[in-house]
Amino acid sequence: MNGRPVRVVENLNSALHECMRADSRLYVLGEDIADPYGGAFKVTRGLSQAHPGRVITTPISENGIVGVAAGLAMAGDAAIVEIMFGDFAGLAFDQVLNFASKSVSMYGRPHPMRLVVRCPSGGNRGYGPTHSQTLLKHFIGIPGLSLFELSPFHDNRTVLAHMLALGEPCVFIEDKVLYTRRTAGDGRVDDLFDYGFLGADDIAPAQVYVDADGDVDCLIVAPGGMAERAMAAMRDLLLHHEISCRLVIPSRLYPVEAEALLGAARRAAYVCVVEESTAGGTWGAEVAHVLHERLWGRLRRPVRLIHSADSVIPTAVHLEREVLVQADTIREAVLADLRGERSPV
Amino acid sequence: MTNNMATTTIEMAPDGADHISPPADADLATMLLIRHFELALLDLFARGELHGTTHTCLGQEYVPVALVPLLAERDYVFSNHRGHGHYIARFGDPAGLLAEIMGREGAVCNGVGGSQHIFRDRYLSTGVQGESLPVAAGVALHLKRHEPGALALTYIGDGTWGEGAVYEALNMAALWRLPLLVVVEHNGIAQSTATGAQMAGTIRARAAAFGIAHLRVENSSLTEIRATAGPLVERVRDGAPLVLEFVTHRLGPHSKGDDTRTDAELRQVRAADWHALYSEALGERFAEADAIAAARVTRLVDEVAARPPAVWSKA
Repeated sequence: MNGRPVRVVENLNSALHECMRADSRLYVLGEDIADPYGGAFKVTRGLSQAHPGRVITTPISENGIVGVAAGLAMAGDAAIVEIMFGDFAGLAFDQVLNFASKSVSMYGRPHPMRLVVRCPSGGNRGYGPTHSQTLLKHFIGIPGLSLFELSPFHDNRTVLAHMLALGEPCVFIEDKVLYTRRTAGDGRVDDLFDYGFLGADDIAPAQVYVDADGDVDCLIVAPGGMAERAMAAMRDLLLHHEISCRLVIPSRLYPVEAEALLGAARRAAYVCVVEESTAGGTWGAEVAHVLHERLWGRLRRPVRLIHSADSVIPTAVHLEREVLVQADTIREAVLADLRGERSPV
Repeated sequence: MTNNMATTTIEMAPDGADHISPPADADLATMLLIRHFELALLDLFARGELHGTTHTCLGQEYVPVALVPLLAERDYVFSNHRGHGHYIARFGDPAGLLAEIMGREGAVCNGVGGSQHIFRDRYLSTGVQGESLPVAAGVALHLKRHEPGALALTYIGDGTWGEGAVYEALNMAALWRLPLLVVVEHNGIAQSTATGAQMAGTIRARAAAFGIAHLRVENSSLTEIRATAGPLVERVRDGAPLVLEFVTHRLGPHSKGDDTRTDAELRQVRAADWHALYSEALGERFAEADAIAAARVTRLVDEVAARPPAVWSKA
């Protein structure tokens, strides 16, 4: 991203403003999104004043408002829905699964549906079991539905415009802690790491590295919300254990962008996928499957999946921290695997 | 919202052969076309020539036919699982629908959607109860902004009122003054469950709770239905949603052979069937029209069955 690094929430907010200016048929719907409140996480701040009539604050009806948004999309408009807490997307699951995504193809010919369901997600904010989850895995494998995740490396002006142009519904997972962080800028992450994109355009997966091209001990694949924790682990592994890592953060999580991942995986001795959800039917398992299928025989060991504990997410900060994947969870998992490999049998 | 229609419930005179106004030839032909189309489907299933499932609207054919002149081409119609009559009344295209149901060439959705997932122009059906109401509200919002005067109609049954989506949509439609027309085909039975075992209170009271006007029709006479419903439908176009409840009868099984009603109950339903009332009221004219429709559907089934399979091109 060019210019002064801004907070991710500001970048997302300006992306919404830009999309609304660019398309007079675009609506934004959600609970408490109108000014002066501007949404529970202030992502829609200023939007209703700038675009009265097209920014609609709604009753507490997640199923209903995703249905209304799908109706707008069906009729040729476009719509972005904010689900206040991504956990509540469960209430809208039917509209996403059985109507919006299916309408792209179930009527026997392609029908574009320009619809984005934004889901503020993830824990580490002390909101407790029903306001801290990442529902990503529950939306995987639905024909006609793409999954994206907010990242500090991807400019949301590009990402939002891209999702709306796809012509099929998208779920956009947004890590709530990430809102408060700075966007990355000018290819530099910090004193140790740089970043770039695994492709020509800046919607391609981002990669964070010390050295862009060489081989590394470990490739970490993670969604945007995990970037900060993964980078902390990478720093520690490099400085204290001389383990070199590269991190890949796809913007589009599903369908899995296989080619970019394969290229990165070929240059790593070991691959792990980190995600905040519990284990079982996860995005990480999809990534691992893609890599196993294509790189079987070249991988030194199976792709390692790192998840949060099989548990509800407690409210108390110290309890929550124990359950969710943290930087040290990643570090310990990588160390355990690589030490296991290096120790004599 | 101030709306003097809020508590309006109009109850039309009960049905009976002596109340039937003679219908126009075209309307009678459409009602009978739907009747024989549905009978043909049950026959095809019985002969093993159809797969999957289907839900016939036997007994309810007059409902969509009554509404045809109250609707414009620019109006959206959302149908449900029991939607063959809705489609045929709108498009007069039994061949495209039968091809869809049979998976043959010329299928309106290339055989992908089947009986309960149809999309053509501004007509769309879905297979999940209540799902279409929020979607129709969204389309109504689009129409209000971009094509004022047009409306979105959605057909639901009495059983659909068990779904929360219905209330979320009614709330938003009333709140935002959307041109949403909810047509309820209240046939007294949700699959196998009688209304009394699945609905507390009334549809009228539920509409009133949202300040939404309600018209209850206990009549199958097209002229009377149109005269009474017409002015209320026009108000929908100005942003006054309406629940239009038809007290009707489901003559056939829920799907193919799953009717658990007693003989006595079925006798009552058949006695109230519009087909019987119209036959009694119209005599020879009715019998001739009925025979023509039956023959047309027989030819149609032979013709469509002989077609090659539908081809789904995804591009």
